[in-house]
Amino acid sequence: MATLIIAEHDNLTLKSSTLNTITAAVQVGGDVHVLVAGSNASAAAAAAAAVAGVAKVLHADAPALAEQLAENVAAQVLAVAAGYSHIFFPATAHGKNVAPRVAAKLDVGQLSDISKVISADTFERPIYAGNAIATVQCTQPVKVATVRTTGFDPAAATGGSAAVDKIDAVADSGKSAFVGKEIAKLDRPELTAAKIIVSGGRAMGSSEKFNEVLTPLADKLGAALGASRAAVDAGYAPNDWQVGQTGKIVAPQLYVACGISGAIQHLAGMKDSKVIVAINKDEEAPIFSVADYGLVADLFVAVPDLLRSV
Amino acid sequence: MRALVAVKRVVDYNVKVRVKSDGTGVDIANVKMSMNPFDEIAIEEAVRLKEKGVVTEIIAVSCGVTQCQETLRTAMAIGADRAILVETDAELQPLAVAKLLKALVDKEQPGLVILGKQAIDDDCNQTGQMLAALADLPQATFASKVDLTADSVTVAREIDGGSETLKLTLPAIVTTDLRLNEPRYVTLPNIMKAKKKPLETIKPDALGVDVAPRIKTLKVSEPPKRGAGVKVPDVATLVAKLKNEAKVI
Repeated sequence: MATLIIAEHDNLTLKSSTLNTITAAVQVGGDVHVLVAGSNASAAAAAAAAVAGVAKVLHADAPALAEQLAENVAAQVLAVAAGYSHIFFPATAHGKNVAPRVAAKLDVGQLSDISKVISADTFERPIYAGNAIATVQCTQPVKVATVRTTGFDPAAATGGSAAVDKIDAVADSGKSAFVGKEIAKLDRPELTAAKIIVSGGRAMGSSEKFNEVLTPLADKLGAALGASRAAVDAGYAPNDWQVGQTGKIVAPQLYVACGISGAIQHLAGMKDSKVIVAINKDEEAPIFSVADYGLVADLFVAVPDLLRSV
Repeated sequence: MRALVAVKRVVDYNVKVRVKSDGTGVDIANVKMSMNPFDEIAIEEAVRLKEKGVVTEIIAVSCGVTQCQETLRTAMAIGADRAILVETDAELQPLAVAKLLKALVDKEQPGLVILGKQAIDDDCNQTGQMLAALADLPQATFASKVDLTADSVTVAREIDGGSETLKLTLPAIVTTDLRLNEPRYVTLPNIMKAKKKPLETIKPDALGVDVAPRIKTLKVSEPPKRGAGVKVPDVATLVAKLKNEAKVI
């Protein structure tokens, strides 16, 4: 029994989601191998080899793998898939894009977003936006799954010394081409990796207010900024800040919800946070039912106050 | 160009589902059902492409029980020209749906297939990618902008931290994200018109697809409840608690 993990990386470093996925594989048992498919990705392969618990790294390097096109990455996975009992991807935009392609080609069902390993063939996964937890069993020869990163602690990035095997890279599919990328420049931690998140809702009122009130607090706490779907829909915050069922699933040490009522779809994205603080002037707001510390107050007064006191 | 759009009938997104006490699933008896919101965006996008003149015919497809006809009528009220229901009472998992859609893609030869990125019931986020793999077509998932020409489609797609743009040869598979568009309201005259549009029903057997589930659900349970904590009277108390009690700042 061995698990193949498809690393998420930027050719230089491993994304932290890969470390959470490795932990899930360790819990399954058996050898853990990591596939690094990229272009000039030796540094990422070396980083994968250093992760505790990894027995072997497969490194495929070609220009066609530079932008992680689903067609090419899936073909690369399939080229080495034989012999693995489990193939795991992080449940991120990248992993979700590729995993179903691999499963379909292997003619097996796929498990999405596993949040707990019960045994080598049985897992838990949230359904209905986390309003129910399904225990699912997969008795197919290969278990292809995406792993919810917040369900597993990250594996230690150092301490391992796996061998790196260079493998042949697949040819470009020729059917899709990368045109460009726009990555928001972040001077703050990424939402899914942040220890603290300051998040705003519809009550922020405008993108100017959102910025003016929440950014200084996030800066002071070294926090990432998040938003509810209502705030994103209203244009107060960019789409990729959205926390919730249809946005990012986060589980920071501290989640500060400002002017967020707490719709089911938002709670689904943040209720695994260690400590939740809610600031809202409506004392009936559902967010208070999950908050460790609730402050019934006008956020435009309370947040600047908080900024002065931390 | 023909566009094929897949739609799923799901529990309405406003309904708070309850887990059945015997742990066999969630209670969907007498619960409002609607079109999966991402699929509504998919239909809307196809209609906009038709209004621009690049798409000439829109076929809406659904797989599932007889009542999926209602979902298909809604799709036709938004603007689909005709509909196909692959009718079955069997539990359908994404791989089975992808195989059914693959059979219909072979038959109808669409230039573009649009699907929602995920259904809000099983939250799988698989069908579009699986269809792309089975049909050996390129894919652009989580689309926030679609530019279609006669021989290619350029798609901006949501990725972690921003967006990227891909150009695919046709035929191609696109799955929709929330920002792609805002679906129009369905008007009464269009609902009436939709009733007269053709709706074909077909069985999985006729498409030569085995829909047997591959993954077994052993039980469905309530998520662990997170208890409410305390209300604090002021910011000073909050900061003190965060520093001394929770020790998170």
